[in-house]
Amino acid sequence: MSKTRVVVTGLGATTPLGGDVPSTWEALLAGKSGVRLLPEGMLTSVNVKFAATIAVEPSEVMKPVEIRRLDRSEQFAVIAAREAWADAGSPEVDHERLGVVVASGIGGVTTMLEQYDILRTKGARLVSPHTVPMLMPNGPAANVGLEFKAQAGVHTPVSACASGAEAIGYAMEMIRLGRADIVIAGGVEAAVHELPMAGFAAMKALSTRNDDPTRASRPYDKDRDGFVLGEGGGIVILESLEHAQARGAKIYCELAGQGLTSDGYHIAAPDPSGSGVTRAVKFALRDSGVDLSEVVHLNAHATSTPAGDVAEANALTAALGEHMSHVAVSATKSMTGHLLGGAGAIESVFVVLALKHRLAPPTINIENLDDAVKVDVVRDVPRPLPSGPIAAINDSFGFGGHNVVLIFKSYE
Amino acid sequence: MALTQDEVLAGIRDIVVEVAGIDGALVSLEKKFADDLDVDSLSMVEVIVAAEEKFSVKIPDDEVTKMATVADAVNFIVAHS
Repeated sequence: MSKTRVVVTGLGATTPLGGDVPSTWEALLAGKSGVRLLPEGMLTSVNVKFAATIAVEPSEVMKPVEIRRLDRSEQFAVIAAREAWADAGSPEVDHERLGVVVASGIGGVTTMLEQYDILRTKGARLVSPHTVPMLMPNGPAANVGLEFKAQAGVHTPVSACASGAEAIGYAMEMIRLGRADIVIAGGVEAAVHELPMAGFAAMKALSTRNDDPTRASRPYDKDRDGFVLGEGGGIVILESLEHAQARGAKIYCELAGQGLTSDGYHIAAPDPSGSGVTRAVKFALRDSGVDLSEVVHLNAHATSTPAGDVAEANALTAALGEHMSHVAVSATKSMTGHLLGGAGAIESVFVVLALKHRLAPPTINIENLDDAVKVDVVRDVPRPLPSGPIAAINDSFGFGGHNVVLIFKSYE
Repeated sequence: MALTQDEVLAGIRDIVVEVAGIDGALVSLEKKFADDLDVDSLSMVEVIVAAEEKFSVKIPDDEVTKMATVADAVNFIVAHS
């Protein structure tokens, strides 16, 4: 039985590079960094003083009552979903055929911590009645579902830094299984707060390049020393090809397939053999029906950690073999920082735009390429992609050993 | 000194504007919190806690459940201030 074809018909984002998709994409192609020093006093004892904070504060584009009732992660989800929905043409839909899959790695952690401070200093009576709906990890998905009256199902995969990609894959399956015609899918994160940063810093996972924040996120560079925490989110509108054609929708590209595996190796460290990643790429290729020769671009997970970047590059080479030398690899976390549960979502948005514009975005901050990195990294300036039918991969991995690979292909 | 009905209404209006994000002109005595002012059961908790602080009164939970309209809340507060 042939699979229902799933296409991308809308994009939305709010990121450290811009408050929407066009401004984010423009900054990405220009090789700008979204990393900033945090306000003094925000981090009292953490040895990292910077993060990739959002470019446009939600309060600039939302009503005060929305800011009051929604966790920051929920605000990001609703903002990006509104943009994506408008980009898709604000379609008239059968609400029982509309789904939502929006992920978060950590959920409403800033709400939880703020309300805990209120509990300790002022007592239970002053804890907000919105606390639980704001801190629950499914809150971003639930609020997007309410905004658009989605009734086919609202879901939240949680797999740390693979969450956003897993959400988009889950959304594709909802359409393939016939549960929905159109799904609002993506991921968000809002965890720039002292506690999560202290936790990541304790794992030695964060860059401590405090004297040069915009050059701290440097995937594949010899002197990379950890990731830079980012915040924001991305949303894609997925639709069955039949539904999109029937309403005359603008079609960006096809989401052709996914591959999911788990390492069973370590709670946080990547499996040095990379076998989980290699298998996920192979499964995704098989699921998508894409011919290997069509794969010309890959948006890597590449977070700028010493262990992760090389393990990933080697696993990709093991999966794609000799063809890997023909794949333009971009590590956009060099500019956006690492959005955790939002990463796979904004990077999917970037892959969709790369296919549309036939341009692979750059990787910045590589002063000396690590000799162990054998893949073809797009450095400093965007690189044109070939004409004709092409495909691109977005891979994402999460603490816990989650591996998610999505394959998008051009549609004409 | 007891508060007047107008003073309490003005205070409730400010609270509802902040909690529900609606136009203050809509907040009048006959309006129902849930149906007319977008104050659902969660937001009603915020309104009550803020009113207790503002007017230095205690509003028991079983009284809150009886407060359907702005007048219900205003009259309780005037009587107990």
